[in-house]
Amino acid sequence: MTALLEVSDLRASYGPAEVLHGIGFAVEEGGITALLGANGAGKTTTLRAVCGMVSRKGDVRFAGERIDGKATEAIARLGVAHVPEGRGTFVRLSVEENLRIGAYGRRDRGAANDDMERMYQHFPKLAGRRKQQAGTLSGGEQQMLAIARALMLKPRLLVLDEPSFGLGPMIVASIFKIMETVRREQRVSILLVEQNAALALELADHAYLIETGSMVMGGPARALKENEQVRRSYLGY
Amino acid sequence: MTQLTQQILSGVATGAVYASLALALVMIYQATESVNFAQGEMAMFSTYIAWTLVQAGLPFWAAFLLTVLISFIGGVLIERVIVRPVHDAPVLTHVIVFIGLLVILNAVAGWIYTYTVKEFPSPFPSKPLFGGAITGHDLGVICVTLAMLMLLFAFFRFTPLGLAMRAAAQNPESAKLAGIRVGWMLAMGWGLAAAVGAVAGVMVAPVLFLDPNMMSGVLLYAFAGALLGGISSPGGAVLGGLIVGVLENLVGTYLIASELKLSTALAFIILVLVIKPSGLFGRVAIKRV
Repeated sequence: MTALLEVSDLRASYGPAEVLHGIGFAVEEGGITALLGANGAGKTTTLRAVCGMVSRKGDVRFAGERIDGKATEAIARLGVAHVPEGRGTFVRLSVEENLRIGAYGRRDRGAANDDMERMYQHFPKLAGRRKQQAGTLSGGEQQMLAIARALMLKPRLLVLDEPSFGLGPMIVASIFKIMETVRREQRVSILLVEQNAALALELADHAYLIETGSMVMGGPARALKENEQVRRSYLGY
Repeated sequence: MTQLTQQILSGVATGAVYASLALALVMIYQATESVNFAQGEMAMFSTYIAWTLVQAGLPFWAAFLLTVLISFIGGVLIERVIVRPVHDAPVLTHVIVFIGLLVILNAVAGWIYTYTVKEFPSPFPSKPLFGGAITGHDLGVICVTLAMLMLLFAFFRFTPLGLAMRAAAQNPESAKLAGIRVGWMLAMGWGLAAAVGAVAGVMVAPVLFLDPNMMSGVLLYAFAGALLGGISSPGGAVLGGLIVGVLENLVGTYLIASELKLSTALAFIILVLVIKPSGLFGRVAIKRV
């Protein structure tokens, strides 16, 4: 398999303070890569650095093209859909308007209507709330909306920041199930940051462990799952 | 009775102008979270451009449309050149930049056109209509403003660009992640606000006459209108502007000397801020601590 996203020596800083000290990882075409680590390790910052939302240095290639100098909106238009921490819902717009915005960066905006119907099929809960203000949705529904909005971009890479955050296990399970279906149908690759390490390792084919801004371990998800240190610190058994 | 109807309808006409400017204020406020104190002077400058074009021999409506277009471009340029560099600065910086813009526009207008009051032609017949209930000019102002508001509403509601502009103002980061060029959306917002202000200026100039300070009072009423309707609500600002226009006329006719009218606007602003700071239709800003 070839890598869709290739990151090497990625550094990021907030003001004068460097918080990522040269991180490297890859997402394979059609694969799922998970970034693990404790709170404050730099997982979210890594995602933000990939998408140009913090000042960053290093070598980031998407489908072979350097994107480490590009603006966030330009990266999105290349086919990278990022569901940010906190879901990034447009709370005062309707569910349908949120989905329309998701398709804004696409070239074939005409086909967006069909995709919207497909999203409503994947997420039937959203279909009943098309005209409702997105801010009035429940947490789980907002997460579904955020993923649906990202998929409306017809991305090649879906970047997810803690999709399970604040949600009950049932909702998390259903969201991940839908994501798995969508991924197979649309052939999207996924870069995932997830607090729930067990869940992430279940889903991912590759995983990387970040500690205080540096990569300490990486490889096939199965290998990490069996690793003594990962098991104790992150899986808790 | 007829006098009352007359006063109300003429209040609606001036209110329509306040409503336009109030809407311009709200559009900028939604994108930058600060009040553009230079909005009135921008409208004043646009009105001078219209005057110049009419003097140059253009028919009124051609001059009007050209002015709106030039104002739009001017608004975009102001955002790109003056506002953009301080985008992430604190509110106080915005306030100072906007006040600086106010003073500069005022001075430049005075320098080019002098402070002598000029007459501005009205495109509408001045004769009273419907048995004296409303003048032709007032009716024209109401129709033009109404048409502009409906166009704006349709633009923001039904076009992808309008939706993208709303998204960019609401959640810039998330909008960028969807591929929306947020910087340009904000610049277009300034352009639209300037264009709306231009319409307000041209509509009010035949009544107020043209001079570099013509909009200072209007801006105050517009501000009162925007606050009454809720500074975060475009529809509320329009309604607020209309209410302030009617109230101003009624208060000036029946209650107090018209010299004190402007003071009532200030009193009104204070009243709204004390009793209902979020206005009639505004959202209460809730901050998590």
